[in-house]
Amino acid sequence: MDLALVWFLIIAFFWLGYLFLEGFDFGVGMLLPVLSRDETERRVMVNTIGPVWDGNEVWLIVAVGATFAAFPGWYATLLSAAYLPLLAVLVGLIGRGVAFEYRGKVDSVRWRRNWDRVIVVGSWLPALGVGLLLSWNVLGLPIDAAGNRVGSAFAAFQWETLLGALAIVGFSLVHGAVFVALKTDGEIRSRARRLALRIGPAALLPLLGLLLVVQTRAGSSWTWLVVGLVVLAGILALVHLSVGREGRAFALMAMVIVGSVVALFGALYPNVIPSTVDPSFSLTIEATASSPYTLQVMTWIAGFGAPAVLVYQGWTYWVFRKRIGTGHIPPVRVP
Amino acid sequence: MDVLDLARWQFGITTVYHFLMVPLTIGLAVLVAGMQTAWVRTGDVKYLKMTKFWGKLMLVNFAMGVVTGIVQEFQFGMSWSAYSKFVGDAFGAPLAMEGLLAFFVESTFLGLWIFGWDKLPKKVHLACAWAFSLATIASAYFILAANSWMQHPVGVELVDGRPRLTSIWALLTNNTALAAVPHTIAGCFAVAGAFLVGIAVWHLTRRREEQAVWRSSLKLGGVVGMISFGLLAVTGDLQGKLMFEQQPMKMAAAEALCHTEQPASFSVFAYGDVARPDCENVKSITVPALLSFLAHNDFTSEVKGIEDLVKEYQAKYGEFYPVDPKLGELSGQPIDYVPNLPVTYWGFRFMIGFGALAALAAAAALWLTRGGRMPQSPWFRRAALAGIATPFLANSFGWIFTEMGRQPFVVVPNPTGVDGVWMFTARGVSGLTVGEVLTSLIVLTTVYAALAVLEVFLLRRYARAGIAGVMPPPDKPAEKKSDELAFAY
Repeated sequence: MDLALVWFLIIAFFWLGYLFLEGFDFGVGMLLPVLSRDETERRVMVNTIGPVWDGNEVWLIVAVGATFAAFPGWYATLLSAAYLPLLAVLVGLIGRGVAFEYRGKVDSVRWRRNWDRVIVVGSWLPALGVGLLLSWNVLGLPIDAAGNRVGSAFAAFQWETLLGALAIVGFSLVHGAVFVALKTDGEIRSRARRLALRIGPAALLPLLGLLLVVQTRAGSSWTWLVVGLVVLAGILALVHLSVGREGRAFALMAMVIVGSVVALFGALYPNVIPSTVDPSFSLTIEATASSPYTLQVMTWIAGFGAPAVLVYQGWTYWVFRKRIGTGHIPPVRVP
Repeated sequence: MDVLDLARWQFGITTVYHFLMVPLTIGLAVLVAGMQTAWVRTGDVKYLKMTKFWGKLMLVNFAMGVVTGIVQEFQFGMSWSAYSKFVGDAFGAPLAMEGLLAFFVESTFLGLWIFGWDKLPKKVHLACAWAFSLATIASAYFILAANSWMQHPVGVELVDGRPRLTSIWALLTNNTALAAVPHTIAGCFAVAGAFLVGIAVWHLTRRREEQAVWRSSLKLGGVVGMISFGLLAVTGDLQGKLMFEQQPMKMAAAEALCHTEQPASFSVFAYGDVARPDCENVKSITVPALLSFLAHNDFTSEVKGIEDLVKEYQAKYGEFYPVDPKLGELSGQPIDYVPNLPVTYWGFRFMIGFGALAALAAAAALWLTRGGRMPQSPWFRRAALAGIATPFLANSFGWIFTEMGRQPFVVVPNPTGVDGVWMFTARGVSGLTVGEVLTSLIVLTTVYAALAVLEVFLLRRYARAGIAGVMPPPDKPAEKKSDELAFAY
């Protein structure tokens, strides 16, 4: 198998890692005011992702950075064409990261309430933006033969891409609720479970819609099979959740996003960005890939680095594996 | 303003802002890991208090460094897509390595460190602190290797008009990077040193409690600050000599040296119109022959001036920009090879000046507090607090000098490298609308400004609160349950 294809798969893998991990981070942030009844419960929620959110976010940095190294043309065209959605993503991620770190640093109701707002907005905005970005990437951008955007800042807009934005939001909501049910104890746990069951069927629909749109445009028979598996995993996740098997439900939500990423990148192949102006302008894996030497170097780095990441991030989740309840939250002790 | 100017402003603001947080994080991270090591080895609670206090300030600052770092990673593609396409084969690799080999380690082990105080065995927890702090240095190394490649492209050949990587080893051991890395890291420790000194002096002159903690912090900060300055001077000299070879125009601009001189004198202070590349109306106080020595280790050597260099550059890289609508106003215009002289000239001097001031402050603080002394003058306290700003300013001016000094190039031609591997900044920008870049410039700058206010507010609050702000008072027995979260949000 040639290295350019290997790197296409590696980048898909980084995106998968990002959507799976930050998906529940986003969900926790988006549901912060919905699932909690008081300050202690809010702290329970924030602390479920406290030790890991930063590491989860690096998956995005690495997905983007690896695209720069392995497919400079893909990186350059996607990021410049999707300028404004990316700005929204960046502002959201900036606010959210600072908010997690700062919200507990001053003992004031107003201070915390304001940071909670930042967390909520900072979780919705990047989820919407990342969804838009991914669906723009897969459904195509208005690019010319040189890979430059044709037209205005909003030229890339198609109504189907809104479905993409909602798809990531919907997935994150359900994924986040399942995660909270898995990681907490007490009332908040049952509240999260009930919410996931109630919104689950509707919230996962946009993702299915996106997959179907992509399928009808660029799908092949094996990706149809994958979409079938996504639907099955989604249904089973909710079924398991309804009988209280949160671990299995969470694993099945992982299968939902695995299948979705496989279907999306499977439909994208052999392009990296289809052109909506003229199919012959589409950027392909072969045309945008870096030189074989660069890919070879990067393969060594990823071959060593990526498994190591899985090991030490896995260890982090193991260290913090216990459920958190309101009883674990210490009193506020800040100057 | 066109897209090019706006994109440059945005890049400059983001980068300078990012590099206010980064040095404090890197410097403090290593020092905190050292404090924790001292605690684990000696069991002295003084070191635990130091670890907790300085660790908390580091965390307040770290979050900001991370989030502005995300913008860095994205803005090459967003605003500089033509640049990214041109250099991606070589420049992308160190950037991706940073993410995979350093940033992942940093963020994961920091999470473990923050939340792992009671969960992990002492030594494992300490190892997390070291993993985190060493990863921040590895991070800096990869980013500086990428930046050094823009200053001095090596390890590539030209294929189809684009540089293609031929040796990652050459890129990672670029002599420009090997000089820039210790220089920048020393700059980080200078920041941390001044930070320790300033805050420790504040406590020592205001209060009586925890004297031992602040004494040790003061001593550590002072020593670190002075050693850093020594390293900065040595590595800076090394960088300067390389730059005279690799980017003669940048160094001529640093000196506002218009005419070739032999031997060349070093300008300490100029007055008059430094902006003019013919040096009419510029008077300056000089040290004879010093520039020749700085450039070539030889007091009698010749140093080329701006006027001669412009002719050389014109002969090598052309007199006019090509006629190309993508270049906007610059299309077909003469190329201005002279960087912004007031910025480079004064940037260079402010870098050195503020750096020296920081070292002086550290030395003065150590001297005035020797053998248990403690000056009670409020001026001592004010000076120590003001001293915190000096290494930050020196770092910022250093970066502004070196990045403005390479204009009009974004990738500077390597005089002994492969022909054709260089790029004008004007060529690198994305085909965006003014509205898009202006929006992001305004939005991001506003966000940065607001966050800076919040960060300084929190740093002040925690710095003032001292040890009581990060640890329960010693007279109250630990009231917390065994399974409570340590350091929890």
